[in-house]
Amino acid sequence: MKAFFDSDIWWSFTRSPVTVISAIVAFICIAGAVLAPVLAPHNPFDLASLQLMDAFKPPVWQAEGDRAYPLGTDDQGRDMLSAIMYGARVSLLVGFAAVVFSTLVGVTVGLLAGYLGGKVDALLMRIADIQLTFPSILVALLIDGVVRAALPRETHSEVALFVVIFAIGISNWPQFARTVRGSTLVERNKEYVQAARVIGLSPLRIMRSHVLPNVMSPVLVIATLNLGFAILAEATLSFLGVGVPPTQPSLGTLIRIGNDFLFSGEWWITIFPGVALIVMVLSVNLLGDWLRDALNPRLR
Amino acid sequence: MTLLQVKNLRVEFPTRRGTLVALDDVSFDIAPGEVLGVVGESGAGKSMTGAAIIGLLEPPGRIAGGEILLEGRRIDNLPYEQMRQIRGRQIGAIFQDPLTTLNPLYTIGRQLVETMTTHLPIGPGEAREKAIGWLELVGIPAARERIDSYPHEFSGGMRQRVVIALALCAEPKLIVADEPTTALDVSIQAQVIAMLKTLAREKGTAMMLVTHDMGVIAETADRVAVMYAGRIGEIGPVREVVRHARHPYSQGLMGSIPPLDRRVERLQQIDGAMPRLTAIPQGCAYNPRCPKVFERCRVERPELLDAGTTRAACWLYAEGAGHV
Amino acid sequence: MFSFIVSRILQALPVMFVVSLISFAMFAYVGDPVAIMLGQDFTEAQREALVRDLGLDKPFFVQFATFVANAVQGEFGLSYRLSRPVAELIAERAPATLELALTAAFLALLIGVPMGVYTGIYRNSWLSRFFLTFSLIGVSLPTFLIGILLILTFSVWLGWLPSFGRGDVTRFGWWSSGFFTWSGLKALVLPAITLGLFQLTLIMRLVRSEMMEVLRTDYVKFARARGLPNRAINFGHALKNTLVPVITIAGLQLGGIIAFAIVTETVFQWPGMGLLFIQSVGAADIPVMAAYLMLIALVFVTINLVVDLLYYAVDPRLRVGRGKGH
Repeated sequence: MKAFFDSDIWWSFTRSPVTVISAIVAFICIAGAVLAPVLAPHNPFDLASLQLMDAFKPPVWQAEGDRAYPLGTDDQGRDMLSAIMYGARVSLLVGFAAVVFSTLVGVTVGLLAGYLGGKVDALLMRIADIQLTFPSILVALLIDGVVRAALPRETHSEVALFVVIFAIGISNWPQFARTVRGSTLVERNKEYVQAARVIGLSPLRIMRSHVLPNVMSPVLVIATLNLGFAILAEATLSFLGVGVPPTQPSLGTLIRIGNDFLFSGEWWITIFPGVALIVMVLSVNLLGDWLRDALNPRLR
Repeated sequence: MTLLQVKNLRVEFPTRRGTLVALDDVSFDIAPGEVLGVVGESGAGKSMTGAAIIGLLEPPGRIAGGEILLEGRRIDNLPYEQMRQIRGRQIGAIFQDPLTTLNPLYTIGRQLVETMTTHLPIGPGEAREKAIGWLELVGIPAARERIDSYPHEFSGGMRQRVVIALALCAEPKLIVADEPTTALDVSIQAQVIAMLKTLAREKGTAMMLVTHDMGVIAETADRVAVMYAGRIGEIGPVREVVRHARHPYSQGLMGSIPPLDRRVERLQQIDGAMPRLTAIPQGCAYNPRCPKVFERCRVERPELLDAGTTRAACWLYAEGAGHV
Repeated sequence: MFSFIVSRILQALPVMFVVSLISFAMFAYVGDPVAIMLGQDFTEAQREALVRDLGLDKPFFVQFATFVANAVQGEFGLSYRLSRPVAELIAERAPATLELALTAAFLALLIGVPMGVYTGIYRNSWLSRFFLTFSLIGVSLPTFLIGILLILTFSVWLGWLPSFGRGDVTRFGWWSSGFFTWSGLKALVLPAITLGLFQLTLIMRLVRSEMMEVLRTDYVKFARARGLPNRAINFGHALKNTLVPVITIAGLQLGGIIAFAIVTETVFQWPGMGLLFIQSVGAADIPVMAAYLMLIALVFVTINLVVDLLYYAVDPRLRVGRGKGH
């Protein structure tokens, strides 16, 4: 632990005020989202607590604002602040899970392709290349659409969350695979791997215990940057109506609902979730940028 | 009049761990047409000296003290634009790796013409003719046809010849050559070095030849400076330094070259390693490894002292100390 | 050169094959087209007749071959949702999407490249920092949010520009263009900015990072050592080397424009192929989805091919030389 605080990484972290601020913001966002059930002033999904009379209240600093609802309410009287916190929760959950999924699949494929080489490598990389021809959002849309068409409506609602995670995760694994494969190819020829082979360790063991730790650094950077994209992807899918189910609205869903009220003057219903989304993704991206620069050996 | 004078040059690198002194009180002269060799281990500061002279120190490195004078005029404190005009025209440079020194997307002809039209009052047509002439001079066969070729169409040795042509084509008075043959095949090295030497003599161009290869120095240089830990250890005519080195470090260096005329059981070796620039010992930087060390060495840093035919930064040659 | 083209085309074929296989698989296994087309009540006889009509009783490969043969001729059957030929629907919508995509791509390149070059050369000026902050925000903003914000500012609050539809269009035979009417152009502004902004920031960051890499190379150092003026170094040596990898990646990114058009068209109700696709996904309209997929694959593969050719034309190292010297 002390070594961490002594290291170059911590130094460059504390030197950059932007990074420190974004880390704090990201932390607040994550804490607020994870602890939403505890921290949120209202529960926007408890139908009993909704007061239709309180619908369409503007934010507290405007004329008809109400201190009980600091960011206003939507068309059903739901408190925007609470809705945003719960929504952020879903957005973060999906984004995070999708990235974990991409990482697992991508790293595994990359290790196998890089270490085993030959036909396995050629086949796996061909698949990755074919998928890389298409933008990931399209792949995610397609998977989501196909599953939606294949399952009857009720089943789909139940598993929609997992489908979205799966779709976004699958659409992003090639990036990880290619990077890990490249690093594995480099590491494979190094002496410590050859030594392990000579001792007689199984390929699986070598890949897992020896090669993997050494290729993790770029993976970490890609994963952080991917988190931002995953959150945006989920928001986009939900905005388009093909993402998370309506029972668990994410920030994207909230924005979509609010979009209908843009022209009638209740701008806050869509703008505040939008701002929350931007802030979350921005801070994650800034952290990712800093991490990439800090871990890049050539810039040190 | 001397062509280049370096006086008490000090180059520093501010880092988060403190200031790193890469060059510490380095002084030497180069006369017109003279070849000064600069040798030393990696990290001794040879390349840094060259970079400081042509004004291309990588930031955050900077000149923190001393002066560099070209024909009596200071050049270390010139604004960028004035220094740019000196680069290429008065001082040329040759770098180590011919595979990366040439722009892969420009023909060699274009790179030559561009350099000449920047510095000399001639038009593109005349520059092209001159470029062909230069290529022939450095030994590129069929120069008139090859002038429109791209760098990747040449081998390493050929490319380095092109680099030499590029360095010389604006007719500078001094060339800073940083390991010009190190990246080449051994068989090509001799050819290229010989060509460089001949051309320099013909054009009267002085050269600061930085290398860790003593063989090249012995062949090509008039004088040689031995650098250690950012300082000059010894400087003098090449024959004297090679055969009768005075400074213990130079003696160690020359002694570690395998002789061709007799068998040896083991190569002579200097114990220890050059200190890291953040941990240079007090006094003479070489004192932890020196076989002739004594008290004064650990306390005071020696200047370049007269040691007979060379000058050496060693207390053995302090007045009255007697010759060892 | 010729063999280069041929080899690239051969590489593209497996992609098209896989894509058509997936498209066909969607047709064959997802949902029951017969049930969808016949509705709720139908007799067994009607069902069998339709099965035979659609050729659904033939073996897999025959069906696949028919599918591909039809696809090549542009025949994708009828949309489940709208009961019109898919080919007709796509042809109707294609001009809208293409005009939007081209305008957005043009904007992205026109502004993104110079911004990237500037921030790569003058790394610390306040203008560079401003551009960089702007680009960071641009990468963090989802396309739909940009669209919404633009609509809020320019349509709701200022009332300058329309927020949906394409305005008036002029017809040239099968093509309908919005470039030639004032309302068409006004309607194009917000969607084009929305679509292009993300690409613009990506291109700017790409150009910048490439430029910075190039400015660190040995040959730039050597050019400086030869006393070449900054202008020749930045816009001659550096820029040319920067553009080579940028061409590839920018070309591939332009494929992203076509994908993100889906979102933009939804926000602005722009009557293009993207909107059609989304509506189909929501309604499980497989024929349209399959057709869109194949068309997109074709477009991407073509973009890849063109980019490869451009790369070949620009980088002399790829053309195997006539004679090597020693």
